[in-house]
Amino acid sequence: MAQPQVRKPIEGFLDNKKFLHPKFAANYGNWKYHDRPRPGVLHHVSNTGDEVWTVKCGTQRQMDHYTIRKLCDIVDKHAEGFMRFTMRSNCEISVSSAAKVEPLIKALEDGGFPVGGTGNSVSMVAHTQGWLHCDIPGTDASGVVKSMMDHLIDEYRHERMPNRVKLSTSCCEINCGGQADIAVVVQYTKPPKINHDLVSAICERPTVVARCPVAAIRPTIVNGKPSLEVDEKKCVCCGACYPPCPPMQINDRDSNKIAIWVGGKNSNARSKPTFHKLVAAGLPNNAPRWPEVNAVVGRILKAYQADGRPWERMADWIDRIGWPAFFEKTELPFTKYMIDDWRGGRVNLNASAHVRF
Amino acid sequence: MAKPLHPTPLLDELEKGPWPSFVTGIKRLAKDNDMAVDLLGQLETSYENRLGYWKGGTLGVVGYGGGIIPRFSELKNADGSYKFPDAGEFHTLRVMPPAGMHYDTGTLRKLCDIWVKHGSGLIALHGQSGDIMFQGASSENVQKAFDEFNELGFDLGGAGPALRTSASCIGQARCEMSCYDEGKAHHEIINKFLDDLHRPALPYKFKFKFSGCPNDCTNSIQRSDFATIGTWRDNIRTDDEMGKKFVAKHGINKVINEVVGMCPTRAMQIKAAKDVAKGANISSVALDGNQSLEIDNKSCVRCMHCINVMTGALQIGKDTGVTILIGGKSVLKIGATMGSVIIPFMPLKTDEDYEKYMDLAQRVMDFFAENALEHERTGEMIDRIGLANFLEGVEVEIDPNMINRPRMNPYTNMGGWDEEVAKAEARKSAA
Repeated sequence: MAQPQVRKPIEGFLDNKKFLHPKFAANYGNWKYHDRPRPGVLHHVSNTGDEVWTVKCGTQRQMDHYTIRKLCDIVDKHAEGFMRFTMRSNCEISVSSAAKVEPLIKALEDGGFPVGGTGNSVSMVAHTQGWLHCDIPGTDASGVVKSMMDHLIDEYRHERMPNRVKLSTSCCEINCGGQADIAVVVQYTKPPKINHDLVSAICERPTVVARCPVAAIRPTIVNGKPSLEVDEKKCVCCGACYPPCPPMQINDRDSNKIAIWVGGKNSNARSKPTFHKLVAAGLPNNAPRWPEVNAVVGRILKAYQADGRPWERMADWIDRIGWPAFFEKTELPFTKYMIDDWRGGRVNLNASAHVRF
Repeated sequence: MAKPLHPTPLLDELEKGPWPSFVTGIKRLAKDNDMAVDLLGQLETSYENRLGYWKGGTLGVVGYGGGIIPRFSELKNADGSYKFPDAGEFHTLRVMPPAGMHYDTGTLRKLCDIWVKHGSGLIALHGQSGDIMFQGASSENVQKAFDEFNELGFDLGGAGPALRTSASCIGQARCEMSCYDEGKAHHEIINKFLDDLHRPALPYKFKFKFSGCPNDCTNSIQRSDFATIGTWRDNIRTDDEMGKKFVAKHGINKVINEVVGMCPTRAMQIKAAKDVAKGANISSVALDGNQSLEIDNKSCVRCMHCINVMTGALQIGKDTGVTILIGGKSVLKIGATMGSVIIPFMPLKTDEDYEKYMDLAQRVMDFFAENALEHERTGEMIDRIGLANFLEGVEVEIDPNMINRPRMNPYTNMGGWDEEVAKAEARKSAA
């Protein structure tokens, strides 16, 4: 019997030129400056005097095709058929005349796409798959983000923060959401529960042993079957053994907690890039709205908004006021877990007489 | 007409509130797609039990070893059948968007049409790695969906121990800060290493990211193995008219507090116009009739802050190129790392520049492929073998821009000191 014709893939990363807004193509590499006429709107001017206006709006990132088509309808009717997306799942729609800006804003807001996310606003949350689709999630992603942005939508729509605020959520400690001004990340609090009957059938044991950052996993025999055991005194409950070995279940509905990290900065402006630092933990994984997490995020943002100076990102603000003041202003408890004990962590200790009262 | 919705009281809570709701979106899909009905059923179960129920597997398309994220539901009835059968197989296709994530509405609509035909209709714009994620196809339909996306000109993205889909900022398309053609570099690199993307054979994942300036909007230093960041070698450019406009609008105090006072290397001073230093490395911009802002470019570290604040009045230089940092990754095994400088500056304008750049990328990928342990990232490998050894391996000369400060600990064998001094002198005369 003849084999069905198998289609070979046409390999190649496509060129983006035909997707560029005509103003982008015409002024490629020739821009001079930009300003922001109002929150949610960018205005760029090229060296030839050419201008383009861009309206930025938020999306839910997980888009059903109806929502995408609705956005396309707005772009066709009120803009010029071109749009792009940002690293944080905002949508940027450009037009070649100022007169189109207000009608486009109205159409987007009426269509359920909040306009904002520019300049010193709180941008959309970078996030991942969570319970919707990940194979190792400690919590949900889209749900946490929805609950956060419901609280923060006014700060998305306005430019009222000292500088931009980048948020992220991650559904396990691997932190796929990334470093951020405020990051909401699962923190496991118990070692994995091992189903010894399944380990040898499913897991490549040497791989799993190698995965542990603190060498806490050993091969062993349990009920006559090859399996793995965890030295629970060494275990840091990171969950790294779970992806290569699902029978080492790290997730638990009660012991999975949420931690909050602040002060991550990717940009080089004013100071070198920084990683975010632990400031809260033990928050309950309370689906569907995570009120405790949102309360803490709200307190942190409130303190930052009240006290930060123009252009200070959260890391810059904390640099100036110091960590004692941060914990005081946000009313967050300072615990022994904030003292770094990972390799290289000495650099995070205060080896000086620089103290604040 | 699809089957009726499962009760989803917890998810229903996420339809309330002003931010666009993904639940509302999936419910809309569920009106005519059973996959979405059962997706909501599974997700509600997750919300009830606070546990996830997806597991991976092995699934691909013809010719490729990666790019598909298999997802099989773990929720089974006692007889072993899927509890939510229409979401029992809910695989994702990672598809590479155009560099910069630009679209025209026609193309987006076509992508939607293809996905409605073969999948759930749920699309994530975009994944953290930069892919368009078409989520929710049965095992049978993955190939069919891919074939149609591919016919439209789109190719699959990376997954597994492979080169991953990359990301570049909007850059030259719309941004005055951009120092090189990010879209072009992104395009060339992916196409050069397409084989490593589609047929995973590396020790672990490898990610490139392309930012047009040190604002690093693609977060390349923290999120990529190979970060290409635009920069310039010469002086910050200035525009007196725009400088005066800025001060007329915002006042001189803003320049003092938010520009001069925030320069990390104190490279800026405000002086009477007549007192501004003369010299090849000095930039100055007029603030008003009497005063100017003077920049000592020798101290400037290209942090972008002053340019961000006084856009137009201050601009990137003309002698542009890229800084390359290597070794960024997230927390696994040794903790998160940031890329560190491997190339302080290389031009990226001419074909010859691109040849040298691509050749460097090849040497780095080759060295990684040959020397990293299984499941070891580039940053971990460098941690293990030491930067000096890595540089030797990829044939890059050492440079003081690679360090924050020289070593603080004497425990190394310096028997080769005289040899190394000779090398330093050779580098100096070659420059």
